[in-house]
Amino acid sequence: MTKLDSKIPEGPIKDKWTNHKNHINVVNPANKRHIDVIVVGTGLAGGSAAASLAEMGYNVKAFAYQDSPRRAHSIAAQGGINAAKNYQNDGDSTYRLFYDTVKGGDYRSREGNVYRLAEVSGNIIDQCVAQGVPFAREYGGLLDNRSFGGVLVSRTFYAKGQTGQQLLLGAYSAMSRQIGKGKITMYNRHEMMDIVKVDGKARGIIARNLITGEIEKHSAHAVVIASGGYGNVFFLSTNAMGSNASAAWKIHKKGAYFANPCYTQIHPTCVPRSGDFQSKLTLMSESLRNDGRIWVPKNMDDVMAIREGKKKPTDLSEDERDYYLERRYPAFGNLVPRDVASRAAKERCDAGYGVNATGEAVYLDFKSAINRYGKEKALVTGVNNPTEAQIIELGEKVVEEKYGNLFQMYEKIVDQNPYKTPMMIYPAVHYTMGGIWCDYNLMTTIPGCYAAGEANFSDHGANRLGASALMQGLADGYFVLPYTIGDYLADDIRTGAIPTDSKEFNDAAKEVTDRLEKLINIKGSKSVDYFHKKLGAIMWDKVGMARNATGLTEAMAEIKQIREEFWSDVRVPGNANELNPELEKAGRVADFLELGELFAKDALNRNESCGGHFREESVELDGEQKGEAKRNDKDFAYVAAWEYKGEPGEAVLHKEELTFNDIELKQRSYK
Amino acid sequence: MNLTLKVWRQKDAKSKGKLESYPVSGISEHASFLEMMDVLNEQLINEGKEPVAFDHDCREGICGMCSLYINGEAHGPDRGVTTCQLHMRMFKDGDTIYIEPFRSKAFPVLKDLIVDRGSFERIQQAGGFISVNTSGNTQDANSLPIAKPMADKAMDAATCIGCGACVATCKNSSAMLFVAAKVSQYSYLPQGQVERKERVLNMVDQMDKEGFGNCTNTGACEVECPKGISLEFIARMNKEYSSASVKAEN
Amino acid sequence: MSKGFSKSSVGRKVLMALSGFFLMFFLVQHLAINLISVFSADSFNAASEFMGTNPLVQFALQPVLFFGIIFHLAMGIYLELKNRAARPIKYAMNKPSENASWVSRNMVITGIMILLFVGLHMVHFFFPTINAHYITHEHLDAYEMVANKMANPVYFGIYILAFIFLALHLLHGFQSAFQSVGFNHNKYTPIIKKLSYLYAIAVPLGYAIVAVYHFTNACCSSASCSL
Repeated sequence: MTKLDSKIPEGPIKDKWTNHKNHINVVNPANKRHIDVIVVGTGLAGGSAAASLAEMGYNVKAFAYQDSPRRAHSIAAQGGINAAKNYQNDGDSTYRLFYDTVKGGDYRSREGNVYRLAEVSGNIIDQCVAQGVPFAREYGGLLDNRSFGGVLVSRTFYAKGQTGQQLLLGAYSAMSRQIGKGKITMYNRHEMMDIVKVDGKARGIIARNLITGEIEKHSAHAVVIASGGYGNVFFLSTNAMGSNASAAWKIHKKGAYFANPCYTQIHPTCVPRSGDFQSKLTLMSESLRNDGRIWVPKNMDDVMAIREGKKKPTDLSEDERDYYLERRYPAFGNLVPRDVASRAAKERCDAGYGVNATGEAVYLDFKSAINRYGKEKALVTGVNNPTEAQIIELGEKVVEEKYGNLFQMYEKIVDQNPYKTPMMIYPAVHYTMGGIWCDYNLMTTIPGCYAAGEANFSDHGANRLGASALMQGLADGYFVLPYTIGDYLADDIRTGAIPTDSKEFNDAAKEVTDRLEKLINIKGSKSVDYFHKKLGAIMWDKVGMARNATGLTEAMAEIKQIREEFWSDVRVPGNANELNPELEKAGRVADFLELGELFAKDALNRNESCGGHFREESVELDGEQKGEAKRNDKDFAYVAAWEYKGEPGEAVLHKEELTFNDIELKQRSYK
Repeated sequence: MNLTLKVWRQKDAKSKGKLESYPVSGISEHASFLEMMDVLNEQLINEGKEPVAFDHDCREGICGMCSLYINGEAHGPDRGVTTCQLHMRMFKDGDTIYIEPFRSKAFPVLKDLIVDRGSFERIQQAGGFISVNTSGNTQDANSLPIAKPMADKAMDAATCIGCGACVATCKNSSAMLFVAAKVSQYSYLPQGQVERKERVLNMVDQMDKEGFGNCTNTGACEVECPKGISLEFIARMNKEYSSASVKAEN
Repeated sequence: MSKGFSKSSVGRKVLMALSGFFLMFFLVQHLAINLISVFSADSFNAASEFMGTNPLVQFALQPVLFFGIIFHLAMGIYLELKNRAARPIKYAMNKPSENASWVSRNMVITGIMILLFVGLHMVHFFFPTINAHYITHEHLDAYEMVANKMANPVYFGIYILAFIFLALHLLHGFQSAFQSVGFNHNKYTPIIKKLSYLYAIAVPLGYAIVAVYHFTNACCSSASCSL
């Protein structure tokens, strides 16, 4: 077992980043013009990295599978972005953001990286404002903040319920400026098919032009992978339909270690599945839990009556309802962290108390909030002795002001009025904390190949806090990578352009072409989605919110079996030399079928419960915390980085021990 | 429900296309329109036919990737939604549904229902940005107060998802609403003032080069826009453009 | 002003609006003179005489008016052709009425109908006047000319129809011109929309009243009139 070098700089934690920047190599502006960098993925991390690198003078080639960088799934983030600005004067600081993030991640992230993230967080806001991102403001003209789950300060900046959209459009505008100047060559509707290594270094990629099907060779002195997370391994997730793990998986197969694949965030408030036709799940912002109360019926008779349509949820009296989060976690109630809320919902539904036809839904009820706000509003507006109807009317208005767009979205999907009847929600796969292993410089174990944003593993440990994904993506792209990549590229100033007619490029291109031909020529009997759904079902049942050794072992075998079946019986219509969405899907699902197995293997290896990873074998057996997740710092305070060895099941584990010098390890308690 | 779909099929950009009829059955009214399309494609694959190519990605109404002209309207008969948010309960059992690509000279069809919206990209590149580098040394965000009504207006304009429904629905294939949204966003903000004149001149110039039609203020774009971008922004751009033209030095 | 203004889509649209404003102003002025004919034949003749002989009107305002009409017309048709070319393949199924009014979508149709009418109107009044003033140097009784033309039920019908088209054109044109020059305001735009309806109905109605007056006059003075 080799020891991974995370290259954390020496010195006190607050000086590490500054010292590091002061001492690393820098490429002079004239030489940057002779250096090419490939960026795969143009979401917050990739888009901001591409724009920044181009501004610095590098020649950037950026790749996106959509028709524009503006479509990347970062755009769907609703809530906000954290930054330790302390504008609200509530005692926020770099340290506090650092502390909250490490604790929220259940002490499974790297201190040095997280501190740097907190340190640059403020710059992100400055940068975005300078770019014209229209953050929400107070009447005095200054920036507004709101609070998010798991923290005690207000540090979340937001732009209505579309923060991700506005930040992405900011990065996109910076990219557009560089594309216009010719400093970024943009390859829209292109998918990276493989990485090309020359003399052990990342020197380019093989890409497929998705319109013509042409296989293209692109060279560069460094390659940045910012292709997002792999939540779609579950088939149903809140990710976009095209979100995929292929770029990350391809570099894994060529030597980049994959870290903590089992760390997946399952978000508690999503619209439940309504049928087999379902293609994706829609998130309802975490902010709803501030005012909504979560419950299921106490009695099984009522559950059945509701499922059969004989009773409505509003028919049940308070005594007949089980507000299970308030019952189990009196201190935090409905505001427990995401992982805890999700598991509690699953526990109730597994016990048979799910309230819709699939048995996988719980209620999120705004009735008491509407009443509370209504009474308050009546007092404020001077309505004396308001009737019940008046209270409800006033209360609904307040709730509409706060959550109107989410309620409208819910109503469009479910066709029920959430003001009048409780929402139905259920947990869904949302974000993957695991990803490509990288060091402090964001370099993977392939020299010259970097990973940024959700694609890497670095900052969120075993659980991500709300509003931190946008922060990390932009920190990596705007403020970390542009500096650290120079340290590596300083050695390449005399290399000159990398030729693409070398054996390495030709071999890689041939491998890609052969694989595509193989997929087309299987001409089996089942569609790509058939296999993807099958994989998703196994992942959800056995590698989902609660995992155990038996289930995980079975999952590994079953995934392997589906993979074999896929490669002998998939039907991919059309040809490789044309626009062929089924072929694109097939390639991505083929990779998920490998990743899924490693995912299960990692979950099996980590015999502890931490953050989003819950092992049924590792729970508190007695005392106040009975039944809650039990972390094992003695045996598992490490990053599990997997090396590919020909088969996902045969991957070799490398451990990066996590040391905590600035934060004391503690049990999380929400009782 | 059972439906008859009339779908535009076109092999590639050079080929001529035509409408094909496909029956689909057993569609749940809770399915989204694109999930209905998934069912159609699954059926076509099982029949050994080529599935229908269409753009889609986030399926929650924000990425702007999905398009489709459904029964004579961009993003279909519902208001304030993209195609991926349109649900089958908007249709009746036995309906015939026409599904066509967004049509405009500036949006050439690539295959079936997929169009090339690269023209929007080039308009953005012509001026849809504020020229500021990512140095990390920009001034503190709160050193530049912005009146809330202005910030809110900028946000309303910035909500545009760049889907192209405005162009598709406009009888003239005009891209004014799209361009106006971007121009207006920056014109409301102090950060956007420095390049205000060049921005509007360059973006309009690029828009014209792309072959979009001219705005005749029918207001169809505003009605069909899934994000409800207001015509007010077009008026604002007209004013911005006129004023910039008067003041331009060459 | 940059030289590209008149070649840009936005510039042309502003010019359409400006010429539209000018024509709308002209319509009011023309109507004012027409209305005189309802009250006094002599006054009307005097006003016509003034308009027909005053050098400022004849050699400054009139050419500007013609330029305005021709520009508005030519640009309107040119833009319509360009707009049609911007969508080479039409939709097989289109429901434009779901999102835009008929008048806003058919400005070119109402415009062309008005143009045809203007042609007839010139034949009826403008050319004879020019002919009388500059070529034959006869005295022309403008009032009588109006009364004669309106006595013809076919002409009367055409005029009324033209005024309906004019109303339709103005229903969209009036408010659209404000939008084109960049005036759109939360508080004032609703007022402009109301004014738009008022103008688009009142002005053509005014013209129609004059026509109806002369038509009924002619009916009454003829033998068949029973009044």
